Amino acid sequence: MTATHPEIDVDAGKAVKGRSLWADALYRLRQNRAAMAGLFTLLAIALLSVFGPLFSPHAYDDVYWGYISHAPTLENGGHLFGTDGNGRDLLTRVLIGGRISLMVGILATLVSLVIGVAYGATAGYFGGRVDSLMMRFVDILYSLPFMFFVIMLMVVFGRNILLIFIALGLVEWLDMARIVRGQTLSLKRKEFIEAAHACGVGTPKIIRRHIIPNTLGPVIVYMTLTVPKVILIESFLSFLGLGVQEPMTSWGVLIKDGADNMESSPWMLIFPAIFLATTLFCLNFIGDGLRDALDPKDR
Amino acid sequence: MLTYTIRRLLGALPTLLIIVAVAFFMMRLAPGGPFDQERALPPAIEANIAARYDLDKPLVVQFVLYLGNVLQGDFGPSFKSRDFSVNELIAQGFPVSLRLGGLAMLLAIVVGVSAGATAALRQNSGYDYGVMAVAMTGITIPNFVMAPLLTLVLGVYLGLLPVGGWGDLRHMILPVIALALPQVAYVARLTRGSMIEVLRSNFIRTARAKGLPERVTLMRHAMRAALLPVVSYLGPATAGIITGSVVIEQIFGLPGMGRYFVLGALNRDYTLVMGTVIFFGVLIIVFNMLVDLIYGLLDPKVRYD
Repeated sequence: MTATHPEIDVDAGKAVKGRSLWADALYRLRQNRAAMAGLFTLLAIALLSVFGPLFSPHAYDDVYWGYISHAPTLENGGHLFGTDGNGRDLLTRVLIGGRISLMVGILATLVSLVIGVAYGATAGYFGGRVDSLMMRFVDILYSLPFMFFVIMLMVVFGRNILLIFIALGLVEWLDMARIVRGQTLSLKRKEFIEAAHACGVGTPKIIRRHIIPNTLGPVIVYMTLTVPKVILIESFLSFLGLGVQEPMTSWGVLIKDGADNMESSPWMLIFPAIFLATTLFCLNFIGDGLRDALDPKDR
Repeated sequence: MLTYTIRRLLGALPTLLIIVAVAFFMMRLAPGGPFDQERALPPAIEANIAARYDLDKPLVVQFVLYLGNVLQGDFGPSFKSRDFSVNELIAQGFPVSLRLGGLAMLLAIVVGVSAGATAALRQNSGYDYGVMAVAMTGITIPNFVMAPLLTLVLGVYLGLLPVGGWGDLRHMILPVIALALPQVAYVARLTRGSMIEVLRSNFIRTARAKGLPERVTLMRHAMRAALLPVVSYLGPATAGIITGSVVIEQIFGLPGMGRYFVLGALNRDYTLVMGTVIFFGVLIIVFNMLVDLIYGLLDPKVRYD
């Protein structure tokens, strides 16, 4: 039978092209309109923040004495968002602030990613006493009022931006460690790990080459949900006057200035608030969309 | 139950010790002391001040002294507000924060639960989508953005409510709403999710099959089960409200603990900052413990022994 029609089997094998997990996830993500809209809006905000200031006729720290707290206007080369209390162009400052906020968000998330993944994978892979000791430590850290420690850290070591994202990364790695640990616990009993063992691959290499790449799905989802959290904490600190310092700015600083002057110059509050809120919305939509796409069980 | 409570209390001790230790050593490692001024003081006066606040002793001795005082409920004198002790400042600020936070928590539970439950009963209706959209907004937009925006619209443009100040109930409306909104949103989402799940479960079908009035089915059977996730969220909610109150008190100029904390942080008032952090830490730990105990009372599946 098989010998008479070999070509049919070959064709059938060609016609059905297997879809990988990632292709499947990408398809589901494309179907999610909120997530795609969020993705494009976020890209637009990011591109504007990175390249916008280069094309602006005003530098973020140019002071125009004739235009202090001026409402949005087309005069003087155009202040589309108006100017702040020191006569600086608000549009340029919002975009520069966006650079800082997005940079802090991404870098702090990367710090938390590196610590969390390494910690979680190690705890999960070794298991037993090592695991329970390491996770007990995480439990204790969980119950600390972290926001207050970050504020103390800012007070103690001065307010520089490098410290902000290291501090935030140090705070946010706990959830990441738990997620990766859970994944690792179920992965390490799988056959391909056993095969790697049998081939004589060392433990560090197994963790690096086989465990960590397989935890990537949930890690990516959690990463997109960490970025808005970190941006929020940075704005919170800046709002309290403990974050970025003048003349540099971030959305939190601008919102603080706006809140102080909102009765006379509401534009100083409204524009940065719109940018921050839109970014947070987009990131949340993308995160939810990715979770639905990568983990369809959880819908 | 009793053994569980005792075990939880003992388990909280190392956490408390870590909070005190981290707070203490972080503040003491700081470059620049609390008494640094533009003009250097004569060495004799500096030595006197150091002796007054035990700053001349070795660090470890200072820590043990501080720990001993904290255990007796004494956070020491404030470094900056010379005539006040940290305890006095906390005693002044805490009632304000408690009133603000308590009302916000109440609002979060009442509004959040009723909005979430009613949305679940009309799943996928326009009302449901509306509630969830508002909840999404409440969760996403931080309260330090929401508070000024609310003030701008309700206080400045419409002139309905006072913008700042502290005194009668009208002054509390805006801060409480701004503080409660994110928690209202979370509680509404949680309640809706768990209510939808509970309404599909077997015991609700049984209750309906035996002919109970719908009101009894919902209030006595469904709500009790649906509220469990909300109860366990109350721990994180407390932490959220405490953190939020720092910003809200700052915006509205309320004389609460959060404001003292920020002032202390900006002025490098070490003892005040340490005292507040420890106080907040204890509050969060105690509240988490209470929530766990209440959860055990409500959920028949949980047994503490």
